[in-house]
Amino acid sequence: MKLYKQIFKDLGKDKFFLFSSIILAIIYVVASLYLPILAGDCVDLIVEKGNVNFEKIFQIFIIMGLLLVIAAIAQYLLNLCNNHLIYKYAASLRKRTFEKLERLPLKYLDSHPSGDILSRLSSDIEVVNDGLLIGMNQLFIGVFTIVMTLVFMFILNYIMAIVVVVLTPLSLFAARFIAKNINRYFYQQASYRGEQIAFIEEMMNNQKVVRAFNYEDKSEEDFSIITDKLEDATRKSSFFSALPNPVTRFVNALIYAVIILIGALLTIYNLGFSVGLLMTFLSFASKYATPFNDISSVITELENALTCLKRVYELLDEEDEVSDKGNKNLEAVEGNISLNDVSFSYDVNQKLIEHLSLNVKKGQKIALVGPTGCGKTTFINLLMRFYDVNKGSISVDGHNIKAITRDSLRRNYGMVLQDTYLRYGTIEENITMGDNFTHEQVVEAAKMSSCDHFISLLKDGYNTLIDENGGDFSQGQKQLIAICRVMLRLPPMLILDEATSSIDTRTEIKIQQAFNILMKNKTSFIVAHRLSTIKDADIILVMKDGNVIESGTHQDLLKKKGFYYELYNSQFVNEDS
Amino acid sequence: MKRIFMYLSRTKKEAILAPLFKMLEVVFELLVPVIVSLIINKGINEGGQSDLKFIFLMCGILFAFGILGLLSSVTAQYFAAVASSKLQSALRTDLLKKINSLEYKELDDVGTASLITRMSSDVNQVTTGVNMALRLLLRSPIVIIGAVIVAFFFSNLAGITFLITVPVLFLLIFLVMVFTIPLFKKSQQKLDVVVRLSRENLNGVRVIRAFNKQEAEIEKFNKTNDKLAKYQLFVGKISNIINPLTFALINIFIIALIYVGALQVDVGSLENGDVVALYNLASQILVEMVKFATLLVTMSKSLASNKRIEQIFSIKSNLKHLDVIDKINTDDLFVFDNVSMSYNGQEMALNNISFKVKKGQMIGIIGGTGSGKTTLVNLIPHFYDISEGKIYYKGLNLLNYDEKTLRFEIAVVPQKSQLFKGTIRDNLKLGNLAADDETLYNALKISQGYDFVMAKDGGLSYPVEQEGRNFSGGQKQRLTIARALVKQSDILILDDSSSALDFKTESELRKGLKKLNKTIFIVSQRTASLRACDQIIVLDKGHMAGLGTHEELLKSSQIYREIYFSQYKEEKDETL
Repeated sequence: MKLYKQIFKDLGKDKFFLFSSIILAIIYVVASLYLPILAGDCVDLIVEKGNVNFEKIFQIFIIMGLLLVIAAIAQYLLNLCNNHLIYKYAASLRKRTFEKLERLPLKYLDSHPSGDILSRLSSDIEVVNDGLLIGMNQLFIGVFTIVMTLVFMFILNYIMAIVVVVLTPLSLFAARFIAKNINRYFYQQASYRGEQIAFIEEMMNNQKVVRAFNYEDKSEEDFSIITDKLEDATRKSSFFSALPNPVTRFVNALIYAVIILIGALLTIYNLGFSVGLLMTFLSFASKYATPFNDISSVITELENALTCLKRVYELLDEEDEVSDKGNKNLEAVEGNISLNDVSFSYDVNQKLIEHLSLNVKKGQKIALVGPTGCGKTTFINLLMRFYDVNKGSISVDGHNIKAITRDSLRRNYGMVLQDTYLRYGTIEENITMGDNFTHEQVVEAAKMSSCDHFISLLKDGYNTLIDENGGDFSQGQKQLIAICRVMLRLPPMLILDEATSSIDTRTEIKIQQAFNILMKNKTSFIVAHRLSTIKDADIILVMKDGNVIESGTHQDLLKKKGFYYELYNSQFVNEDS
Repeated sequence: MKRIFMYLSRTKKEAILAPLFKMLEVVFELLVPVIVSLIINKGINEGGQSDLKFIFLMCGILFAFGILGLLSSVTAQYFAAVASSKLQSALRTDLLKKINSLEYKELDDVGTASLITRMSSDVNQVTTGVNMALRLLLRSPIVIIGAVIVAFFFSNLAGITFLITVPVLFLLIFLVMVFTIPLFKKSQQKLDVVVRLSRENLNGVRVIRAFNKQEAEIEKFNKTNDKLAKYQLFVGKISNIINPLTFALINIFIIALIYVGALQVDVGSLENGDVVALYNLASQILVEMVKFATLLVTMSKSLASNKRIEQIFSIKSNLKHLDVIDKINTDDLFVFDNVSMSYNGQEMALNNISFKVKKGQMIGIIGGTGSGKTTLVNLIPHFYDISEGKIYYKGLNLLNYDEKTLRFEIAVVPQKSQLFKGTIRDNLKLGNLAADDETLYNALKISQGYDFVMAKDGGLSYPVEQEGRNFSGGQKQRLTIARALVKQSDILILDDSSSALDFKTESELRKGLKKLNKTIFIVSQRTASLRACDQIIVLDKGHMAGLGTHEELLKSSQIYREIYFSQYKEEKDETL
């Protein structure tokens, strides 16, 4: 119910169009239903040879002409009104969802699959759009048509009206009955189809493995099992799914015959009936039945739309990030960072960081070391305030980061992650991120981060358009572009994620060089994968399973002969020695 | 299209009977208005003698026609369902066989994503198209043409009215469709942009927030979104012309019909029941027109899908083979003689590579990204053709071997670890279906995967989800290495396949491999992984930049030294 209220509230904002839509629907329905009555009147004026009242027929023709123009215009305007209502509504939903997306806490975004959120924003709103449009166009008109046909029929001849009213829903029941019983075939087909698609995706993704292992025959064998099941299910479902149409046609044919029979009898026994009326009623019977037949499919569409709409509103009802309105801006940052007894976990039941305290002075270099999944990302999440700590506090230059604006905090950090985020746009746009920098500044930064060379080799240089996946750049080149972004801004604090082993050595050296330029006199956190690069770090934090298990300088840690010692030595294991 | 007919010819009976029965249904439908006119003309005689018996008889006939129509339609549908579902299976099976016969180069050209759409949605679309064609493609034209003929049967003048209106209506529907389809496409493209922006913002949420771009992004999105809504409204203004216009036309048509009817009744060449019949025929035509138009849209989609599928079938798999035996006298297992390779015929991925491999040797291959390492190892199982030079395996030119036989003797661990849905056991047995559990355990022990597999519930029977999603990168690598070992081939290729393993595990793995006494090719970015190799090939942009053992290369190859010292700065200081 809450959902309906929401829709009406949102649609009701455009009162003029909503009101016009209803009025136009009534005009269209009345006009289009009056036409068959007039046609019937004409037929009644055509009696037999030499007995045709042309004068009156022409008068009726003029009215018919006027009515058909009115009906056509009303129908056109009605569609435009509905389009206006629904498209604007869908656009506003998209707008609100997108704004929500920008304001949701990362906690929500990280814990929900991005595909799901994206489908709410895209396909769900599409379904809402299409469903409501069909609903507005067909449901209202359908209901008005049913009501008005009833009114007209009862005015014209109540006996026939009762016959039509009683018989017509039969076809609806027949269709409903079939639909109910074929559902399981659809379900079966859908599930086999899903199974087959999963198989296909896997086989296509693994084609090269299939080739390398001579696995073709076995894969075809496995495939044929699924295919046979699907064939059976498809045959059944496509047969049964086509049943409602002929069955409704059959029921309608029956009704047709009964109406003719009764109409003929009424005419013969002079019970206020005529051939023209019979024709009108035949056309009314089908006009009356059409909405019933359509309504079931319209209702399915509407139900889909409402389910999707519910998902969209669910997202809209999510809470925003904690507001930082009224917080101070962080200014003239030195880069002294301290963590005071910080505890944090994503999940209350799973302890992660516990009572971590750390003092980082301006210009120090902090290295984070540990196997994948050890919590290095968590650390970044807390520093940048993507997440708030559960206990304790983090402060920058003595300001608790909860008391300053996120904007000013993040502006003072430079972040380079391993997976570089590139988007559709020119390279320059990807570097400036839409901020005001001159082309010269961009080139300067690119030179310092060793990407000027490969960028200028491209066809359009800095104006080369790249696609969402970052075009043909290698992972290392992408990371250089990310470094360039930070180079352009030179913030006082840095968070750098080192390149992994999948990057070739030469690019890696370039990345390392660029990192060194960036880090000069800056407070920096480095996520390290290769211990060789962090020997000179002021503090090395060794992390495992979310916790800092050791910390100190390289020499301190080696002396400890702990986990770091083990990690460091495994790097140089050589089976020959 | 030829292929479609070929499949349909396998279900000839169904493919012919389906449309025939559908036509039968149409005949029964078209007879209805005729019977109605008979009832009005002969049965009802206002003021005169009415024939009750005749009316009942005719209504009975209408009823019977209804049943016959239902039966023929259901029969038609059954046949159509049989024919189309069989076609779907056959088409898909053949397509998989075809794809299975494609070699690496063709797979690269087509791309995985498009192979998936061909196999899934395109085949579905073709099936739907065939099913609808069998049932409906003939129906609408026959109803329309039939109605026109029946109209002529009543009166020539009425027939001519039909003959004029039908093409006009059809043209109108067709024109609006032709005009609006590109508009809808464009509107879809604008929608795609909106979706892209959302996706970008979701994927890059950290970066966007780190750069404080939220408000700017919202503004950008709103602009695009508003444009989309405006365009949709514009398209609506055009596409919505069709309904009111057909409505108006069909009513004008009815007025014309009544007028024609009135004229002819006045002169006595028609009766009033005939006018009613003509009126009913006109409404039948309208319904069929709309159906036919939607059918055409579906059919055109199916044809496009069919074309895309045909593209796959028309790919020629053309790995080169030599008919003449090309043999050299050598003890070497492999001889690469001046081998060059190009993927596209222009830029060379490999240039004049020559080296020899003895049985049981361990060969390392190192070099930067794009230096041709993977390309080089992919030549060994003849995944790609070489452009120049020669490769000899056991003294016989590689082109003299049948790929299947050759690949049977070579096990590959690809760079990307890919698993299949099933159990761990199924996955390990991929290249050797007859392997027993003992073999699998041995392989797992060498690949350092034994412990984690045994820790899983059910061990070897532990389920692997699609593409191995339920395993970490390192676990997948160890499983794919074990899979290659289970194949029990003499030659093993490891294409940078231990990058996700930590140093300790990797060195254990190397020790295990060394004991196997196989000929092994190892591609790696790390010199540490290759130290123990009998020969190391250093590649630089497709050129051979060094060949020798670790110690030799440290002296002779500048590039090797660079790589080595960049990774072992400390070692240089501390141990050298």
